[in-house]
Amino acid sequence: MEEIKLIEIKENILSDNDEAARQLRQKLADEKTFVINLMSSPGAGKTSLLLQTIERLKNELRIGVIEADIDSVVDAEKIRQSGAAAVQLRTGGFCHLDAAMVKTGLDGIGSKDFDLIFIENVGNLVCPAEFDTGAMKNAMILSVPEGDDKPLKYPLMFTVSDVLLINKTDMMALSDFDTAALRQRVHKLHPEMEILEVSAKTGAGMDQWVDWIRRALENFS
Amino acid sequence: MHELPVTESILEIVVKHAKQNQVSRVVSITLEVGELSDLENEWLQHYFDYLSKDTPAAGAELKIQRAPIVLKCRQCGHEFQIRKDELGLSDCPQCGTAGDVSLVSGRQYHIKEMEAL
Repeated sequence: MEEIKLIEIKENILSDNDEAARQLRQKLADEKTFVINLMSSPGAGKTSLLLQTIERLKNELRIGVIEADIDSVVDAEKIRQSGAAAVQLRTGGFCHLDAAMVKTGLDGIGSKDFDLIFIENVGNLVCPAEFDTGAMKNAMILSVPEGDDKPLKYPLMFTVSDVLLINKTDMMALSDFDTAALRQRVHKLHPEMEILEVSAKTGAGMDQWVDWIRRALENFS
Repeated sequence: MHELPVTESILEIVVKHAKQNQVSRVVSITLEVGELSDLENEWLQHYFDYLSKDTPAAGAELKIQRAPIVLKCRQCGHEFQIRKDELGLSDCPQCGTAGDVSLVSGRQYHIKEMEAL
């Protein structure tokens, strides 16, 4: 009769991805390319917000976008029409991007030729929060119609993000969204989170968001 | 949600240790997963059974231990455990400060050990 052996492993399951992300961040720092990972639910307005952001920054920065929308080239096409470079990652139903996939996108777009690259992560508030993409900053978009209770349902996403954009504030009058309650919930999870109220549709608050990006870039270089 | 890539990663690490220790069959694998993770035990085992066919880990049982969410109050330094559904709702139980905490643990994904023949 064979003996059962107990073998100690003590390894982190996500250590490969964490290491790949660390290496990627180092490479990007050497190239002086700043990367922002944009996360939200489907339909929160990632693409519209990106288009508005590109419009405001395209004369001062070389901007690229890595699109990870599931099996669609619609978003990448819209971005290209705005004047920024875009690559489409075919994630084929994958629920998130990991560092290896992001590296493929960065290599594809030629990251060293850009000052600022946005990763448009897969629309999902669960999985993208678990995987470090190698980006310098994580930005999350929460749109008004989604409701102010999301920090209670998806705490990890609110924990890993550096800045929260409350989008579609033009719809505030039609909803019972409680901004003060949302701010309180978010800050209880993550006291340092910056919260900006924007409307990609009307342009309200977009200047503050663009300033946030400029400050982040100044601190980076 | 992302049980599949996580399962691939577990299998890779386990097979590596099985080779290093020259074992022929892995009986069980003990994981420590933080409460903040949305990992579903049932799906993890399901994917694992599928992926581990034809490896020394085929048929191994995944034993998942949930590690609690621990927060630290940055005012008084008190560390306290909370449930996931209390996140964003609880003040420091020691000094009563609201919302000035850092996360000590609750996000981990560790393989602790395995039993093998």
